[in-house]
Amino acid sequence: MPNGNGTIINMQGIHKVYDTGKVKVDALKGIDLKIQRGTFAAIIGPSGSGKSTLMNILGCLDVPTDGVYEFNGERVDGLHHNRLAEIRNEQVGFVFQNFNLLPYATALENVELPLIFKGVPTKKRRERAVELLEKVGLGERVSHLAIELSGGEMQRVSIARALANNPSLILADEPTGNLDTKSGRAIIELFEELWQKGHTILIITHDPNIPQRTERVIHIKDGQLTENGNGAH
Amino acid sequence: MRIWHFLKYYLHDLRKQKKRAGLTVLALVWGTFSILMLLAFGEGLTRQLDKARLGLGDNIMIVWGGQTSITHQGLPRGRKIWMRPDDDKLLERLIPEIKHAGGEYHRWGVDLIRGKTVLSQHVTGIPPSFEEMRTHYPSAGGRMINQADLDMRRRVMYLGYELKQKLFGDEDPVGRLVELRGIPFTVIGYGQDKMQMGMYSGPDVDKASIPVTTFKAIFGDQYFDNMVIQVYNTDQSEYVKRRVYEVLGAKYKFSPDDEDALGIWDTVEGMKQFNAMMLGIQIFLGIVGGMTLLIAGVGVANIMYVVVKERTREIGIKMATGAKRRHIMNQFMLEALLVCFTGGAAGILISALACYLLGLIPVNSGNDAMNWLGRPTISTTIGVIVASILAVIGIFSGLFPARKAAGTNPVESLRYE
Repeated sequence: MPNGNGTIINMQGIHKVYDTGKVKVDALKGIDLKIQRGTFAAIIGPSGSGKSTLMNILGCLDVPTDGVYEFNGERVDGLHHNRLAEIRNEQVGFVFQNFNLLPYATALENVELPLIFKGVPTKKRRERAVELLEKVGLGERVSHLAIELSGGEMQRVSIARALANNPSLILADEPTGNLDTKSGRAIIELFEELWQKGHTILIITHDPNIPQRTERVIHIKDGQLTENGNGAH
Repeated sequence: MRIWHFLKYYLHDLRKQKKRAGLTVLALVWGTFSILMLLAFGEGLTRQLDKARLGLGDNIMIVWGGQTSITHQGLPRGRKIWMRPDDDKLLERLIPEIKHAGGEYHRWGVDLIRGKTVLSQHVTGIPPSFEEMRTHYPSAGGRMINQADLDMRRRVMYLGYELKQKLFGDEDPVGRLVELRGIPFTVIGYGQDKMQMGMYSGPDVDKASIPVTTFKAIFGDQYFDNMVIQVYNTDQSEYVKRRVYEVLGAKYKFSPDDEDALGIWDTVEGMKQFNAMMLGIQIFLGIVGGMTLLIAGVGVANIMYVVVKERTREIGIKMATGAKRRHIMNQFMLEALLVCFTGGAAGILISALACYLLGLIPVNSGNDAMNWLGRPTISTTIGVIVASILAVIGIFSGLFPARKAAGTNPVESLRYE
């Protein structure tokens, strides 16, 4: 639940090795990371630094090769895929650089997706999705197809989708990467707004403007973390 | 997954890939049509043959007198066995498993005269039980020979359909006279135009029949040419055969083990073989059709693999938002089943229409091919079989692509372009 206290993410000695048969790639080399509830943090690093791998593990899309990962007090490394799906569904909201919306579904249907997998009944689902779209300022675009929307609007839809099941963590991977400056700024403002309402938000980014606005900045390089900024942990 | 959401996606896919979807469904339509029509032709053929077989009679055996081949009670081999006119009653009385037994006389080349028409015909003397045993069903307006005809040795005649056509054309012959050996006979009825596959003395449609007692009085025959026996239960035909040998053997003093003393044609045995053969043909046709349908199923599986590949990102998105593997699995299974259902339903409709249209073509009772192939029939059994095959093919063509989809790694699929 947002707005709570305590640790939401606790990683110790997280390793991720990609074994392609002949070559082994150490994407993450012993990550220790603790994040408190209600944090607004940025993870920055050059490409190939292991940012995306870290985000995938943080969001329970992928499992670490080694190490201990507690998410919301639950050990999630090595969990069954069905439980991981439940965690993604109820406790994590993803926002992607390329939006990852179903192109031929309406804004409403896209937002409904996590609610469908949770088994929320149709009427409640619809109400919730409309409410969320209004919250991100797309009350007028409810029945537009995803492909009919502008980049900024698409990213708002994906934020609304991320919020659908009221998750404990919002993970954004380069959320402004495909947007023009103005829309990008608006999206960051939306994140700030959500943070102020108590959401925990992690943004992985290249964008130099974002770390200036987050309370904590985590640097990643060659699969290892170095931290500066104003984060206390 | 909510069905509606899924249906929308399916329909969208159909629209986007009209030709591909169309061809896949077409293969299924064709496969379904093939198997259904093959089975329907098989069924129609079976039914027509069955009808033709019934033209001879149902559950009957034909008995002729033979020649002894075993010495018995001091009597030599090579004795002729003749059946006397009360032997049918004797068999009916002593063998309760027999429903009807009736003796029959034949005479070929008998002149029948009606007006200026003179025909040399086959004339039989028969009892009333032939109506049921030998399916001598009269056409409307007439009747078959009855017991009173026998008792009074009436000079009445029952004509086969073709013979009636030769003598009277399309006129109604009932009550008219036909001369036989100078004796006028009243026509009391004529048979229906029937198909007859098995025969032992020529087709019934060409015969003129008179009461068995009248025949004996006119021609003076001492012995039946043959007897016809109908059993109640097909399972008892072997036993009844044995009993016939015993009863007649006791009367005419031949060994019941002397197979040559009587000639018996057991059509019940033939029917069993016939049924087994037709079942074999149906199974063969079913396999041929099933293969065609199977190929269509392979097509569906192929397309489903392509669809899964194309929708990799969609699968990734769904997994990221919390879809479990079974959600993804169900979606593609349902889609494959729906494709099969669409194709199958269309195939069934087209087949039903084809059967209906073929059924409209009149079949004349000559022995042409239309007689056997002109009446394809889709029975309930065939429907159930085809629907089951379609379901199995749908499940298998969906299963493997759907498993592949469900096993997708969400990280990689989100990156998939």
